[in-house]
Amino acid sequence: MAESSVELVELSQAMAPAGADPAALLHARFAGLAVSHNRILRCRGVDGLRIEGEETPTGAKARITVEPGVQLDSPVHLCFGVLPKEGIQEIISEFVIGEGARVSFIAHCSFPNAERVRHLMQARIRVGKGAQMEYAETHYHGPQGGVEVLPVAHIAVEEGGLYRSTFKLVEGAAGVVRLDYVAELDKDAVCELDAKVYGKAHDSIVVKETILLNGAGARGLAKTRIVASERCVSEVIGEVVGNAPFARGHVDCIEILTGPDARASAVPKLQVNDQNAKLTHEAAIGSVDKKQIETLMARGLSEAEAVDVVVRGMLR
Amino acid sequence: MLKLEGIALSAGGKTILHDVNLHVREAEIHSILGANGTGKSTLAGVIMGLSGYKPTAGRIFFRGEDITDLPVWERARRGITLAWQEPARFEGLTVAEYLDLARRHGGNGDLSPAECLRKVGLPPEKYLRRAVDATLSGGERRRVELASVLAMRPKLAILDEPDSGIDPLAIENIVDVIRTLARQGAAVLLITHHESVAAIADRASSLCGGTILKTGDPAAIARFYRNHCLECLHVNEPKAEEVVSG
Repeated sequence: MAESSVELVELSQAMAPAGADPAALLHARFAGLAVSHNRILRCRGVDGLRIEGEETPTGAKARITVEPGVQLDSPVHLCFGVLPKEGIQEIISEFVIGEGARVSFIAHCSFPNAERVRHLMQARIRVGKGAQMEYAETHYHGPQGGVEVLPVAHIAVEEGGLYRSTFKLVEGAAGVVRLDYVAELDKDAVCELDAKVYGKAHDSIVVKETILLNGAGARGLAKTRIVASERCVSEVIGEVVGNAPFARGHVDCIEILTGPDARASAVPKLQVNDQNAKLTHEAAIGSVDKKQIETLMARGLSEAEAVDVVVRGMLR
Repeated sequence: MLKLEGIALSAGGKTILHDVNLHVREAEIHSILGANGTGKSTLAGVIMGLSGYKPTAGRIFFRGEDITDLPVWERARRGITLAWQEPARFEGLTVAEYLDLARRHGGNGDLSPAECLRKVGLPPEKYLRRAVDATLSGGERRRVELASVLAMRPKLAILDEPDSGIDPLAIENIVDVIRTLARQGAAVLLITHHESVAAIADRASSLCGGTILKTGDPAAIARFYRNHCLECLHVNEPKAEEVVSG
């Protein structure tokens, strides 16, 4: 495991376009993990939270454990990047959040110079009974669109637990994104999956979010917001399965096209296997809502300015 | 300030407005009274220049300039704005940002977002950071809309039923906003069913069957509205002798 402050500073600075505060990523007070290509540059836990990292030929493996009952007020900073134009980074991670624990993660992934970069994330997440985990991930892929991102996560939320995640890629080009999250919820567990992507040029975006409501009273929300401009193609597959009584699930998808050559599709899938479960969905695909645009234009914004305000707000 | 000359609008083979003649003076509060379906909101859309509301005949003049063919935002930059009866919602846009957009892109109003909210009876500490989205009730959203009109400091504010769905106790706030706009020198074209709100107007017009029947003293127009329009026998087709252009 390498320690290199110069590399770490470079990596942290590369996270700024993804919205990260480089100083926070380096601050000794915060727990965190920083991986540049396949070099672990920082791996720091705090009382009650342990991070174990291991470098591999193509990336890193990490196991993050939060002890039962531990309530962490400060977020854990995760930072992954490939700074050269080419490379592959494969992150295999496991999160174990103990019973009654509470923790939040802020993850930044940056590939600012990418022309041919593959970034693969495979995560297994277990949120214990009554525990809470929030995971906010923001990407920056540079202007070239030369990144292929394949985030795959399996999330298990035990009784009364809560898992809430956001995946955000709104600056720079997206490249190829294939997001695939599956969440399984026990009794009274709650899960919210939220993905926001701004696709440009020839970007190709597929977002697949699946929530299995296995326990009575489990609640899930799969929410996606995509803006497709130029020749971007996007596809959203939101699936919720109600397997238990009083389970409640909702799929909420909006895709906005801002160019004549952009394409979008949405496939909401609801399956109810218990007569007392209830699932709903709403999907809207098309141009920016005319009334929103005209409302802003009636305040003096040009049409282009109004579209920008609506799109930026939706992806915030 | 605003002159409509012979405005007509048809859609899908149906006449919605015809031969509308209306004159709104500088700094005047002018109310439009009319039953549901008479074309009040359509008239608002025509003046603002919304898509689908392009007149099939007639011209619109604002301060002597023919604005009939101008897009919405150019009319707004000349000082015209509209508060919708059912305003749009915006994900991720805070009330503070929404009001600031109106202030910066409109007429550079001198009231801060917080002051605008206070004027419409919404405590700024509770509302500035909230999103202008579905979490606001209909009444709250309409009040935020009025606040954004105030923030813009327009020369002509078209208010489409600003009192609709508002708590009766908050009607005073609406009246206060209209008076503030007038004090700022703005003309207000006020579309309302609420007589206590309409009563603050300097003049009023009665709209029936897509045309202006009468223009004059608000009390007289309100009386006419009560006696003839609430149970309209015209089915939106007034008799020719009752059409008196303002």
